Amino acid sequence: MDAQLGEVDLAEHLLVHQSAAVLVEQYPYLANYFEAIRLEVPTGLSVAQLLAEHPEEYFADYGLTKAGFATTLVNFVVKMAEQGPDELAAITELTVLGGRDKSGNSEVAELCVRAGEVTCIVGPTGAGKSRLLEDIEALAQGDTPTQRRVLINRAAPSEEQRFDLGHRLVAQLTQNMNFVIDLPVAEFIALHAASREVPDPEGLATAVIECANTLAGEPLAADTPVTQLSGGQSRALMIADTALVSASPIVLVDEIENAGIDRRKALDVLVGADKIVLMSTHDPILALLGDRRIVIENGGIRAVLETTEAERTNLGFLTQLDAQLSALREAVRRGDRLEGQVVAQVRAGLETDL
Amino acid sequence: MKFVTVAGPPSSGKTSVILKVIEHLRERGLNAGVVKFDCLSSSDATTYRAHGVNAKVGLAGSLCPDHFFITNVDAAVQWGQRQNFDVLISESAGLCNRCSPHIKDVLAVCVIDNLSGIGTPEKIGPMLRFADVIVLTKGDIVSQAEREVFIAGIRKVNRLARIISVNGITGQGSFTLAKALAESSSVESLIGNYLRFSLPSALCSYCIGQTRIDPAFQAGNLRRMRFE
Repeated sequence: MDAQLGEVDLAEHLLVHQSAAVLVEQYPYLANYFEAIRLEVPTGLSVAQLLAEHPEEYFADYGLTKAGFATTLVNFVVKMAEQGPDELAAITELTVLGGRDKSGNSEVAELCVRAGEVTCIVGPTGAGKSRLLEDIEALAQGDTPTQRRVLINRAAPSEEQRFDLGHRLVAQLTQNMNFVIDLPVAEFIALHAASREVPDPEGLATAVIECANTLAGEPLAADTPVTQLSGGQSRALMIADTALVSASPIVLVDEIENAGIDRRKALDVLVGADKIVLMSTHDPILALLGDRRIVIENGGIRAVLETTEAERTNLGFLTQLDAQLSALREAVRRGDRLEGQVVAQVRAGLETDL
Repeated sequence: MKFVTVAGPPSSGKTSVILKVIEHLRERGLNAGVVKFDCLSSSDATTYRAHGVNAKVGLAGSLCPDHFFITNVDAAVQWGQRQNFDVLISESAGLCNRCSPHIKDVLAVCVIDNLSGIGTPEKIGPMLRFADVIVLTKGDIVSQAEREVFIAGIRKVNRLARIISVNGITGQGSFTLAKALAESSSVESLIGNYLRFSLPSALCSYCIGQTRIDPAFQAGNLRRMRFE
């Protein structure tokens, strides 16, 4: 935006002296603005001329007036210029400065999570996991009930940042994965990619499906409607989609069930996309795949446990144990009895490990 | 007294969101009341009272709910001040997509839910377009991708509003909304103030009770469709 122009001059500059097409080229976000009321932007016509070509009634059908449309357009350009570049991509580190638990006792003084790391959140239901998440989303500054303060890249966010970033900070991968929309997988992901205004939504959708298929036990096809995906498939798809398409720097994963999905690879995909991964889990294997665990109790962070070498050494054994249990699960699925050969094999495997 | 207009389609979660916000306002030591503008009788007043919230309900009956709202809104503000409220929240259902109860210089909140489908932001008119704060509910029920597509849809019609996701059951997100309310500007009277957008207009024979289908009985502000 030209800083030398006053408000009135700016309005004239934008609405009268420029062709609408040039305007959209200069301020690409305006394309949506015209598109939302299905106005074709012809080359060579100014916005004022374009508006003159349509009756007032046309705008009324979209709940607008001509004058309102023009004023909002100018405000829009002014406000966007004030907003500056999007800071979401630059967030690589989040610090939670401790507050107080439900009894008013101090909690762990400082928790730091970084891009490319997995931090597990443990603690009983109702301990305060959602409260921690809410503090992060609100970018709390000592003004929430916990009195926590949240820093972005080691600095306190401004009030503007708190409101602007809050709803986009955390992508949530919850256990109940429903799709309201009923589209084939490829179209659905392309729609998401297009909403991010990426140059090649279809290409990105193909990449997401390929990635999902490295995670899912049973591969999913581009033309399968999302509502017909199995639990494991939709989990895999949403993990790949969050890693490759979502702009949110933080991903909150609510448990990854040990069914139909390669959990280690799933975490690798998110970490590989430089996400700050928070995972709510009570699974020993997932806990050890993380860099650290936050222990939540009575509304506060009681401890932060960095994963030790000794714990990592146990991961191998735990993975084998898990494989044995999976073999039994598979036997149940096949309709076998849990006796004789099947159980003997598992038992033999366990005894070797122990 | 702070005054805030909250509007949104029926069943989008307005009442649940308002109740959660009032909890946070109480924590801040603020006394909040509600005036609910509705069309036909509902159980909302009982719900509010069950939560110890002083609420007044006005029913539009056979009138356009928006016209009814604007005719009574200043009296509501005066009532709120007599009740010594620190914050008065006006709740009104956007019964048609042309509803637009938002007032200039009064914090305008629009509540819409993620379950309503990705085409919804485009269909809802001034109620969403002219809001300062857009509250998204039921986000826990849909996938992350859909939430993001929904927000992109909202951004097409309202690029500048603050967007806050609120879970009406757990209250997650209501802190941020309560903060926006607590920091909004105060009003003593709405007299001389203006709506942000004109209300849906109607002035025809059906407005005054006509029920017969017959062009001879249709008079006033009419708009006829053209069929080939």
